[in-house]
Amino acid sequence: MSIIKTEHLSYVYGEGTPFRKVALDDINLEIDEGELIGIIGHTGSGKSTLIQHFNGLLKATTGKVFIDGEELFADKSKLRGIRFKVGLVFQYPEYQLFEDTVYKDIAYGPKNMGLDENEIDRRVKEAMRLVGLKEELLQKSPFDLSGGQKRRVAIAGVMAMEPKVLILDEPTAGLDPHGRDRILGMIKEYHEEKKSTVMLVSHSMEDVANTVSKILVVNDAKIFMFDTPEKVFARVRELDSMGLTVPQITRVFDRLKESGIDFDDEVYSTGYAKKLVLRLLEEKKEK
Amino acid sequence: MIKDITIGQYFPGKSVLHRLDPRMKLLLTVLYIVMLFSASGFLGLAIGIVFLVFAFAISGIPIKMMVKGVRPILPVIIFTGILNLFFITTGNVIFSLGFLKITDDGLSTMIFMAVRIIFLICGTSLLTYTTSPIALTDAIERVLSPLRVFHFPAHEIAMMMTIALRFIPTLIEETDKIMSAQKARGADFETGSIINRAKALIPVLIPLFVSAFRRAEELALAMECRCYRGGEGRTRMKQLKMTYLDYIALAVTALFLVLIILANIFIPI
Repeated sequence: MSIIKTEHLSYVYGEGTPFRKVALDDINLEIDEGELIGIIGHTGSGKSTLIQHFNGLLKATTGKVFIDGEELFADKSKLRGIRFKVGLVFQYPEYQLFEDTVYKDIAYGPKNMGLDENEIDRRVKEAMRLVGLKEELLQKSPFDLSGGQKRRVAIAGVMAMEPKVLILDEPTAGLDPHGRDRILGMIKEYHEEKKSTVMLVSHSMEDVANTVSKILVVNDAKIFMFDTPEKVFARVRELDSMGLTVPQITRVFDRLKESGIDFDDEVYSTGYAKKLVLRLLEEKKEK
Repeated sequence: MIKDITIGQYFPGKSVLHRLDPRMKLLLTVLYIVMLFSASGFLGLAIGIVFLVFAFAISGIPIKMMVKGVRPILPVIIFTGILNLFFITTGNVIFSLGFLKITDDGLSTMIFMAVRIIFLICGTSLLTYTTSPIALTDAIERVLSPLRVFHFPAHEIAMMMTIALRFIPTLIEETDKIMSAQKARGADFETGSIINRAKALIPVLIPLFVSAFRRAEELALAMECRCYRGGEGRTRMKQLKMTYLDYIALAVTALFLVLIILANIFIPI
């Protein structure tokens, strides 16, 4: 069964004012449990609005959202429970830290769930391990940490709620390439270990190309594509015209194709590109 | 969403009132207040009201907006009304209950005062409807600048107001974001006792303060990098200039003021 399902979901900002803007237009979507999905779209395409519907922070103007078979907003008292099921990490999550120790901050979510001390303690330590931070940091003030550490503490705060679905909005924004790789690696490990559904929002193809199993492309309030990376990257030109940055390696191979060298597959990772080039060279030698 | 709240009450437009020099509008508002307070009878007050309705009509702002600003001060109006009603004991008694007496003088004073306060608010809100907060700050700076002789920091105060105004939408957006983020972690702002709800706001307020301080620091640094050193010797990109429209507006307002004074002298009702 699909864990997240939307039916004709539409969302309009500022209805009835001069600032009216359609942010989502008739979105029909089904996401299976255990998938690692990348959501890609240009700034203002509606991707952030979309994910805020998945845990009931925004209410659809028209249409329905189902989480785990349950309709959102059918019963308002269940809404908080949904938020524990669908963990949402916002953009620049480090700006939401507030407690005087890292431990207390990570424990905020589990505490709101009404768990007992032992369980909270277990979850905090587990979350710290998942984001790759040492336990010594637990008693430090989150404001004394480095930028990258702060972000990981904030992500741990959501992971500690052990949600069935983890959604991260631009988790790599503003990080250097090294920090970016570490966060992405961490998310991939989390997904492999927990087997839970993970959604990764990004405007950079490069980020998600090597991480996810399926890509959802949002453009102009609509779903443009929802498919495997190969199939998505097969449409390099269209993605380009949407202003999305295609991985550099895909662009290189797209040009090579243009100049007459034939490949059967779409290339979006350097590892695969290397294999392909070596194979082609082999073939040439044999001839 | 919190973002939808309009800050200030500015109604963008191109009417004559919008195009007046903000300094002139400030002066006209003061004159309007003088009008209301110099009116000693209902006729004078009526002339003041005609002036305001006339101003609203040319501003193109819907008349219903005129009353909107009154609502928050309704308790004040009612309070002064009650005081006037019961504590003025001159005139003929029209109603009495034990030691409470209502006289016709009291009644008319109550109505007079209430109408005066209501139209005072309407008139001053017309200023904020037709003048953007930034233009208003500019005008205040210019009006207060002669006080620099007495070491009054006119420019600094205006700059502080401008910065505060500039950051209100930013901070609102930020509050919205942090609230959503904490809600996603199970924060509950809507249910529970008042104390619990106030406690639930701590996770919003602390990050908000932290970020406000961070922004302030960044802004100060950026201003310093661009050699900002306060008001001395600073020129401005947008020069305020009075046009013939401003003088016409001044003349019309003065005319109404004279009418009220004449009404006071010759037809004192």
